[in-house]
Amino acid sequence: MAALYDRYSAVVYSVALRVLGDTGAAEDVLQEVFMQLWRNPGLFDSSRGSLGPWLAVIARHRAIDGLRKRRPETDIADVVVAVEPDMAGDAERARAMEKVRGTLGSMPAPQRQALEMAYFEGLSHSEISAKTGEPLGTIKTRIRTGLSALRKAFAA
Amino acid sequence: MSVHEQFAEDLALHALGVLQGEERIALEKHLEECAGCRREVEQLRGDMALMALSTTGPTPPRRARQRLLEAVAREPRRTATPAQRGWWTFVPWVVAAALGIGLVAVWLQNSDLQRRIAGLQNQSAQQLAELQRAREVVSTLTATDAMRVTLVAAKTPPQPQGKAIYVRDRSSLIFLASNFQPLPPQKAYELWLIPTNGAPIPAGVFKPDAHGSATVINPPLPKGVEAKAFAITVEPESGSSAPTMPILMIGAGE
Repeated sequence: MAALYDRYSAVVYSVALRVLGDTGAAEDVLQEVFMQLWRNPGLFDSSRGSLGPWLAVIARHRAIDGLRKRRPETDIADVVVAVEPDMAGDAERARAMEKVRGTLGSMPAPQRQALEMAYFEGLSHSEISAKTGEPLGTIKTRIRTGLSALRKAFAA
Repeated sequence: MSVHEQFAEDLALHALGVLQGEERIALEKHLEECAGCRREVEQLRGDMALMALSTTGPTPPRRARQRLLEAVAREPRRTATPAQRGWWTFVPWVVAAALGIGLVAVWLQNSDLQRRIAGLQNQSAQQLAELQRAREVVSTLTATDAMRVTLVAAKTPPQPQGKAIYVRDRSSLIFLASNFQPLPPQKAYELWLIPTNGAPIPAGVFKPDAHGSATVINPPLPKGVEAKAFAITVEPESGSSAPTMPILMIGAGE
């Protein structure tokens, strides 16, 4: 568990901190995610994806649950994440991080904003629409095309 | 596998966990039936994982590592969830259950055998006791040193006397003779069973001892013959198949 923590804690902590904006709350999410894995390692199915992305998705879900003061809505045993890289190595992670930041930076601002509101604030398209005054359909499309852009960047 | 375009945007919202209400219900129902769209959700989660990388930078404080390792040391680890158990994980339990059932069956069988052995031992002991009593009876009846006394009315000279005890169902016959006269060589007394129907049946050849006593025990007889009487004649030592007249003694059943 110490080795897994050393490898993946930065990804888990940083996404939780970005969502929650509080180091203590982010530490709690970090603790919760790794303890769930410790208590029940069968929750992660290695035949269906890599551990790093899975932990990142679970950490984001738990952080959003904490942010919105709601009970966990996602059964993490059902979460399958199909992506490379594994985010295990520092160099690999750094390269991926640069690529993601570059992709986000090249997006039109309204698209990046919609994607970040959905991703880091856990807002629904209705809530984003209400905040931005943009039509629902437009928000939906921006979120979808934003995620697609990330995928294309790594597929290239 | 393709994605249904009408669900494409909702799939992204669903992967983000922000799809609510009727749209969520409709999409989850569709996902149950559509492998292509399920695969797209997995891909979208991968995109979300990439999104997480944009936050990389801050590292957790050292105390967080210590806190986790202490918590890990306090808690036992489960090795599998029921949902992910393969059929083979139940094999040891099935084998254990089968062994348990087998042991109970063996124990029951053993108990039954023990009961049967105890019953047979008890039966055997009873038979041994009965056999011992029968041997003692036969031994007394046939002992050469036994004192045989025939009681008659006072002042009556001793008379030859024979006592036959016959059980038809077992074809068992015991005959006791007393005060019989000695016979010339090559001659012997022969006992006859006189049936209710048919000719007399040979029931044993005997010679009295020096005291005029003799015993015949279970001579070979046909099964289940109803006896009307018993009689004694003098025959050659080897016995006869039909009585030679005269009949010396005869007696009917009481």
